[in-house]
Amino acid sequence: MAGRRPRKGGGGTEALGPLAGGKCWRVGWGGADRVAVSVSSASSIFSMWLALTSCNLFDSSVDRMTVHFINRDGERLTATAKEGESLLEVVVNQNLGIDGFGACEGTLACSTCHLIFEEDVFQKLDTITDEELDMLDLAYGLTDTSRLGCQVCVKKAMDGLTVQVPVEVADMRRELEVEKQSK
Amino acid sequence: SAHHRLARVDIYEKLPVPFGLVRFGVAPDHPEVKNVINTFTQTAHSDRCAYYGNVTIGKDVMVKELQRAYHAVVLSYGAEDNQILGIPGENLSTVYSARAFVGWYNGLPENRDLKPDLSSETAVVLGQGNVALDVARVLLSPLDILRTDITEGSLAAIACSKVKRVWLVGRRGPLQVAFTIKELREMINLPGTRPLLDPADFTGLGDVIKDVPRPRKRLTELMIKSALEKPGEKEAARWASATKEWGLKFQRSPLEVLPAADGKQARGIRMAVTRLEGSGESARAVPTGEVEELECRLILSSIGYRSLPLDSSIPFDPKLGIIPNSLGRVQGAPGLYCSGWVKRGPTGVIITTMNDSFDTAQSVLEDLQMGVLNLSNSKEGFKSVRSILHSRGVHPVTFSDWEKIDAAEVARGKLAGKPREKIVDPQEMLQLISH
Repeated sequence: MAGRRPRKGGGGTEALGPLAGGKCWRVGWGGADRVAVSVSSASSIFSMWLALTSCNLFDSSVDRMTVHFINRDGERLTATAKEGESLLEVVVNQNLGIDGFGACEGTLACSTCHLIFEEDVFQKLDTITDEELDMLDLAYGLTDTSRLGCQVCVKKAMDGLTVQVPVEVADMRRELEVEKQSK
Repeated sequence: SAHHRLARVDIYEKLPVPFGLVRFGVAPDHPEVKNVINTFTQTAHSDRCAYYGNVTIGKDVMVKELQRAYHAVVLSYGAEDNQILGIPGENLSTVYSARAFVGWYNGLPENRDLKPDLSSETAVVLGQGNVALDVARVLLSPLDILRTDITEGSLAAIACSKVKRVWLVGRRGPLQVAFTIKELREMINLPGTRPLLDPADFTGLGDVIKDVPRPRKRLTELMIKSALEKPGEKEAARWASATKEWGLKFQRSPLEVLPAADGKQARGIRMAVTRLEGSGESARAVPTGEVEELECRLILSSIGYRSLPLDSSIPFDPKLGIIPNSLGRVQGAPGLYCSGWVKRGPTGVIITTMNDSFDTAQSVLEDLQMGVLNLSNSKEGFKSVRSILHSRGVHPVTFSDWEKIDAAEVARGKLAGKPREKIVDPQEMLQLISH
């Protein structure tokens, strides 16, 4: 999928695969993924039922990747991710303890899902849009390999990916304060 | 309190309803920014968190009384006032602070009777920040874009508005604009409008920004492009058929608001033409002696918000407009903390204030862990505050009370094809939850 479109109000589109007759919309996210499906032909109804019921039961391990997030305190958080999930969705779905991550819920209205990638991984990511750059420009600790987690979708080749949650400016000031006080 | 298993947090708020600027400051056509309400709601639902609205600190209960009831008190009451221009005529009837105008269209109870004068074609906004752009956009947007959670009353007033042209006037130059690129892009693309950018303001600017950090560079490049480059076919067609326009005027510092014949309304604004000394963020605007006048009736002053001191027992720096503190610890007042705009000054978006709050929370946690806060004294928390409020005839609004108000607003909104119809009268809110 070439670059995820900004999603208004948390909706988005993705193809479920050859089993489904129509497109599958993810309606909101969070604890429960509610899936609304549009059916293009009667014969697809059975396929749809199969797809819906098989969604969580028959995910082969090939479809799941491992992603590591280095948190602000240096702790490594490891999570499993589904192909096509955005890194923000991974954090939310896997309940990772990253404070204040994804305040605007993936709608390109904040920069709290800012992540730092390794150079070689960064180069292979889908092209960044102007809309993402506009919000990334406001992020703290911006680097040359920064992206917004809500706009980067997990691909098979990203298995074992490690990303860094940026240390916020406020934290850096705290370190300088502490240094000053201890002198 | 995810980091401390036993901490209980009670939140006190003056209005019956929570969320502050997310409800009353964020523009009605920016609903995605308000998604953060879901995170707030989740926090409020924790059994170690309680919300008490309709309680005015400094009147219904004093900070000292809170300090007796709690181990730590965090002041995060923001900036409820605005910077004043300090020029003659600023109190004429058609001059308003952007803060009051934003409060008006967002249903802030204290601004519901503003009745801004929208009867003339040209409006001047003093200031070039995101609030200035919000105000210009709300004045010029097609009504179908505005039909969101903007109040019914203000939408009706805007529907009758004669305003066709909005100038955003700044004392300094294009390299000092305070608005950000997403908001500028939105303005440039606003249906039914065309931008009025003087090419003379932007010629040669491309060279100056070559080595400037990316955010400032991209923002300036967008302005340069819109001012100097020939628009594409679609854009050219839109600009040609536009019935409304907005523009940026630079290096103009307000000197006086000129009164109309009736002596009550404004008829224009006199401004000093400035030149810049220095460059970048620290450039200063210096008068050249030249003066210019701009004809207008509606003037909106968008030069910054301002915090006010809460009560005389709390240290407050009137010059900086903040509570003096170190990493959120109020100076000279153990057990007292501050966060947000009242701690750092009234600028920043959600991420800024959120990080700042995490920072203050970190200070509180450290003080808890290091024994700076004496936990051996058990504190009564809301139990003692409840009896104080009761004795003063004050009835706090709980979070589930808010949820009843929320449901009523959403239901009323549905009838009008809007996500919600905000209730703007606090008495009506209290009646709804039978207080």
